[in-house]
Amino acid sequence: MNFGVIRFPGSCDETDALLAARRVGDARLLWHTDRDLTGIDAIIIPGGFSYGDYLRVGAIARFSPVMAEVERFAGHGGLVLGICNGFQVLCEAGLLPGALLPNTSLRFTCRQVELEVTKSRSRWTSACEPSELLSIPAKHQAGRYWAPDPVLDEIEEGGQVALRYVPGNNFNGSSRDIAGVCNRAGNVMGLMPHPEHAVDELTGSADGLKLFESALAMALA
Amino acid sequence: MSATESPHRALGLTDFEYDLIVEKLGRDPNGVELAIFSLMWSEHCGYKHSRKLLGQLPTEGPRVVMGPGENAGAVSVGDGSLACAFKVESHNHPSAVEPFQGAATGVGGILRDIFAIGARPIAVLDSLRFGELEHSARSRYLLEHAVAGIGHYGNSIGVPTVGGEIYFEAPYEQNCLINVLCVGLIEQDKLIRSAAAGVGNVVVLFGARTGRDGIGGASVLASAELGEGDESKRPTVQIGDPFEENKVMHCSLELLDKGLLVALQDLGAAGLTSSASEMASKGEVGLDIDVRRVPLREADMEPFEIMISESQERMLCVVEPQRLDEVLAVCERWEVHGTAIGEVTDTRTLRVFDAGELVGEMPVTALVDDCPVYDLEPAEPASQMYPASDPVIGAGLEQGATLLAMIGSGNLSSRRWVYEQYDQIVGSRTVRRPAQADAAVLLLEPDAKQSEGPRPALAISIDGNGRRVACDPYRGAVEAVLECSANLACVGAEPLGLTNCLNFGNPEKPHIAWQLSRAVAGLADVCRSLSVPVVGGNVSLYNEGGGGPIFPTPVVGMVGELPDARTAGRIGFRDEGEVVALVAAPSWKPSLAGSELAKLRGEAPAGALPTVDVGEIGALHTAVRQAVRTGSLSSAHDVADGGLAVALAECCLSSGLGARLELPTHEDPEALLFGESPGAFVVSGSSRAVRDLGEYAEILGEVGGPNLKLRGHGIDLTVRVDALELTHGEALPSLLQ
Repeated sequence: MNFGVIRFPGSCDETDALLAARRVGDARLLWHTDRDLTGIDAIIIPGGFSYGDYLRVGAIARFSPVMAEVERFAGHGGLVLGICNGFQVLCEAGLLPGALLPNTSLRFTCRQVELEVTKSRSRWTSACEPSELLSIPAKHQAGRYWAPDPVLDEIEEGGQVALRYVPGNNFNGSSRDIAGVCNRAGNVMGLMPHPEHAVDELTGSADGLKLFESALAMALA
Repeated sequence: MSATESPHRALGLTDFEYDLIVEKLGRDPNGVELAIFSLMWSEHCGYKHSRKLLGQLPTEGPRVVMGPGENAGAVSVGDGSLACAFKVESHNHPSAVEPFQGAATGVGGILRDIFAIGARPIAVLDSLRFGELEHSARSRYLLEHAVAGIGHYGNSIGVPTVGGEIYFEAPYEQNCLINVLCVGLIEQDKLIRSAAAGVGNVVVLFGARTGRDGIGGASVLASAELGEGDESKRPTVQIGDPFEENKVMHCSLELLDKGLLVALQDLGAAGLTSSASEMASKGEVGLDIDVRRVPLREADMEPFEIMISESQERMLCVVEPQRLDEVLAVCERWEVHGTAIGEVTDTRTLRVFDAGELVGEMPVTALVDDCPVYDLEPAEPASQMYPASDPVIGAGLEQGATLLAMIGSGNLSSRRWVYEQYDQIVGSRTVRRPAQADAAVLLLEPDAKQSEGPRPALAISIDGNGRRVACDPYRGAVEAVLECSANLACVGAEPLGLTNCLNFGNPEKPHIAWQLSRAVAGLADVCRSLSVPVVGGNVSLYNEGGGGPIFPTPVVGMVGELPDARTAGRIGFRDEGEVVALVAAPSWKPSLAGSELAKLRGEAPAGALPTVDVGEIGALHTAVRQAVRTGSLSSAHDVADGGLAVALAECCLSSGLGARLELPTHEDPEALLFGESPGAFVVSGSSRAVRDLGEYAEILGEVGGPNLKLRGHGIDLTVRVDALELTHGEALPSLLQ
């Protein structure tokens, strides 16, 4: 299986995502101007501060040439995972519902959080048991998931909430403790915590590997 | 500038120095040349008052790959193919004037030093000093904004902040300290130096455009005392752009990876002036620079402004002409304004042109080597120099309450509020995060292929307790090095090299000169005894505000190596029922002089620090390191600020587990509990594992229960662990409210 990890100017976690993906398959970096996704089975949009995020988070990256290809890829059912800044970019691009607002503390926070896997359509959590708990670090300044209540109702009912913060872990103030969501088809998912930083017990946890293994299982299916 | 003040004085040069410049040039300097000399001959660039002292420090050792003089030092690590580059640098005065940008650009500057020698930055640690938070809105403001600035820059560029230390002491009220240490990794055969070479080669500037920010930062701000009206100096503080730095870093590493560069140098203090002069000096060549080719933010900038601007995120490199197109193409890909601005000559002069017209011409040796070097005139003060602090803890307070008050004080409280604002994990190397161990532990190789078998790692510690150095500059400096070595021992790491930042007051004052010379002597002696070479560092002088000098603060950063991160030590106890032991050098003699408890009781920093036997303590560190490496110990933590009781409390805090312990008989129970001295550790594990430490280890009791319970001759201390957690955890956030 081949993962493609997008690198925008200002990306920070692209190498980590590359190393994590390589634990389950092959992976290569894609440049923000690339238009050729030939041979890619799953795309990861990594964390960081694309284009400095000096406007609204993810607002500029969404217009980069590679994103047009990602939208086409996602439209054909391709697997796309947005992590942190990548989640913000996917929301800006309209591939995922909702938006990410500044944390209620208005501060950047880096903390290990406990997540609960929700029964959902997400293909990126298909290797997890429903209600399984994952310990994964989160680190961001704009990670408060928000959508209007009718949209929240709709995504909850439609099986689009893939991960929630376990009570006491929602430090950013996300609506309904939502940590990760997917599109209606389940092939596109975004989350604020960083599964690519939880792939080795030695560095804190290997629970994040489940997401990459889920993608592998889907690609092989 | 007053109407009568001559231009050279306004730029910080003495009449003597001006006359020397005239002599070197054989004529009066013009405005461009005077501006350039004033920076190159500033304390910040020329080390006028410290260069002679620094010669005492040992700089050689079998693992040294690059010593002082380059952008950063480097030591050999791992199997010998890799080098670890590291350096600590200060950004004190800018941060005292504008803390967010001052601290942010402090991070940016030291990162550039690391990738300027080709190394990929893998970690940042910072050492911060502020005034007392309780009494000072200014100190609360400086802390909040400096921490936000460090986070803003480090988080955005994708380099983790993995450790550090903070002290709050009144002498830092006006003059806070922001010292940042950066560590990088590089394959040894790819290290690049900054010496310009090859007459006819092209000088290329890349990175941000040059603006009017940071004009005179090195001379006006960094080489004089702080004073009233320093807000007016805000324009001398640079503005950081971590997004630009992220691109510049990747561009630099790609240029080096492709073997396209002859030399590389970052632009730091004194901007283009310093970088060009240093590159020419090291290469024993000349450089011609045309300032009109430099990409500018404001088109009407004067030649001298372009030469001395400290605009951030810029690099200067030397390129063979046939490689120029390739170099510019890589710059184009990263959108960093790569521009050829000059060339290498055989003239040994720095010539500045403005659209082809010569506007300055100075011999490189005059700029770099002929800066006058002054002898210090040290004199020991007749009495101690610093006032007593306000008492917080009464002498009659019972021992448990004293412990709680101590761990709830500024210096000993939890740093979680700070380190949670930093990305500690990007890079996938961080095995021990802040507060998990005495030193940060980072994998040499984060790759999945390495996950079977030993995982070699680096360990890094930064330390420097100014209060102790104020009591005794020599012994205080020795203690700073021993503390770093002890921290490394606790994770199982062996020291490889050291970097230091000497933060002191005005060296032209005899008492400050005395502090500085005694501290450097202490550093030199202890580094020789421990065989730890000093591979680089930085000097920050004139740290004085209206309230007098700061505590003399040599900050020491030490890098070590451990063969397998899987056995890296932790602070916290692990399992109930395990044995807790005190591991101390035979000569360990804790005393309250200069201790945290003495400070909290309102005593001035005075009194004799314990004498130490460095050889004996070095042997103890080796024993602890070896025990940790076997993996049989569950925890290891050194006894430092606040003494044994605080160290034990920290083991509880890190694990949530209590302990029931019987302390040895000591003539002064209070000194045993809260006294400070190098040379002791607290470890836990199986009784067999602890016994392997031999004569050093004394079993105190075992892990377990909801309390930290200490008994012994004159000792009766019981504190609930959850009470410790609450007091320790809430102290800093509540001080900031």
